Amino acid sequence: MLTKRIIPCLDVKDGRTVKGVNFVNLRDAGDPIELAIKYADQNADELVFLDISATEQKRKTLTELVRKVAQAIDIPFTVGGGISSVEDVEVLLQNGADKVSINSAAVKRPELINELAAKFGSQCIVVAMDAKQINGEWKIHLVGGKVPTEINLFDWAIEVAKRGAGEILFTSMDHDGTKNGFANKALAKMSQEVNIPVIASGGAGITKHFIDAFTEGKADAALAASIFHFGEIAVPDLKKELKKHQIAVRL
Amino acid sequence: MKIVLVNYGAGNIKSLQFALERLGVQGVLSSNPIEIKNADKVIFPGVGEASSAMKKLKETGLDVLIPQLKQPVLGICLGMQLMCSRTEEGNTVGLGIFDVTIKRFKNTLKVPQMGWNTLENMNSGLFNEIDSGYYMYSVHSYYADLCKDTIAQTTYGIPYSCALNKNNFYGVQFHPEKSSKAGSQILSNFLEL
Repeated sequence: MLTKRIIPCLDVKDGRTVKGVNFVNLRDAGDPIELAIKYADQNADELVFLDISATEQKRKTLTELVRKVAQAIDIPFTVGGGISSVEDVEVLLQNGADKVSINSAAVKRPELINELAAKFGSQCIVVAMDAKQINGEWKIHLVGGKVPTEINLFDWAIEVAKRGAGEILFTSMDHDGTKNGFANKALAKMSQEVNIPVIASGGAGITKHFIDAFTEGKADAALAASIFHFGEIAVPDLKKELKKHQIAVRL
Repeated sequence: MKIVLVNYGAGNIKSLQFALERLGVQGVLSSNPIEIKNADKVIFPGVGEASSAMKKLKETGLDVLIPQLKQPVLGICLGMQLMCSRTEEGNTVGLGIFDVTIKRFKNTLKVPQMGWNTLENMNSGLFNEIDSGYYMYSVHSYYADLCKDTIAQTTYGIPYSCALNKNNFYGVQFHPEKSSKAGSQILSNFLEL
């Protein structure tokens, strides 16, 4: 049986893992390679490595770090941050990334999704989307959540799936860093609208939040950062608890 | 031992090379027919779209070479699919090693299947020290039906062949190079064949 995935996210800035509250106030959370090895050993199902300074500072993802992490771990590994071209993706895959996550660049030029899917296959193209509710409507935001757009979250999800995205990573900015739970209603709606896997992100605080994301939110995977980095929830404990609640996980 | 990874410009070879390095061996990337023929083991990787991958194989003559190989050959993911008779993806004729057609998962499921799923009914030395219920990581939209060459199966909506074997040819739908310790064991078993 296909299991639900638990995905620790390593937000990296200047070679260190960091985590902010509502996308700002970053604090240090350790060496990304050490963390990657720890999570792989704990049966995390995948890792996501986001160079969060990349888009902001218009610079390329830290290729060397990607390579070291990929050498060290034997679970799948997604890299995002500042990716805007076929060439960017090629470099990351050549250095051992299994998938790439694109965000702002896809919004600015949606054809990029088609180009990447055609060249590398849908299976390695994750489209990340950051959204929050404005007057009750979910709107896509860019540049690490700083720039609002008029784009409706669900319209965008449908479009990226049509263009060949293999997976959607949906971060609710209303929930991110709050530890109050995932955006389950929006997640469930997204899973109804698209036929590709959806990763829930933003808001994990306690084990129950993951249970809710998989049941109410119908998510295929759940991503979190600080609760794992700061040891508030250990991946093996979380998975045992999920299994107790009849959620299929890899132990 | 000389291990050659068939290079035809399709797929993410690096994670496979890293996985082999962790087993203490080197995987050499090559499209040279002589180097491939002389290897002790050949790995035929692949991700991406079937018809364009097949086109690349034809351009380099590898479509003729691969079915003639005598040493153990392991196709991974799209590599395995291309070793079958045909695939619905791009209505592509494959290498015809395994007599089975590759079909697309029904849209009642999330497609691609992405993640960790269990191995069942294993029946080959490729799965030495691997127990039923172990998890492998897969990402795919197309699958091989159960057939006479099936040596392990997985269920996603329906049961399908997650591993095939005929003579010296092996194929796995999952990614052993990304499937933690159990995946590494399978790669190691292949190297022992």
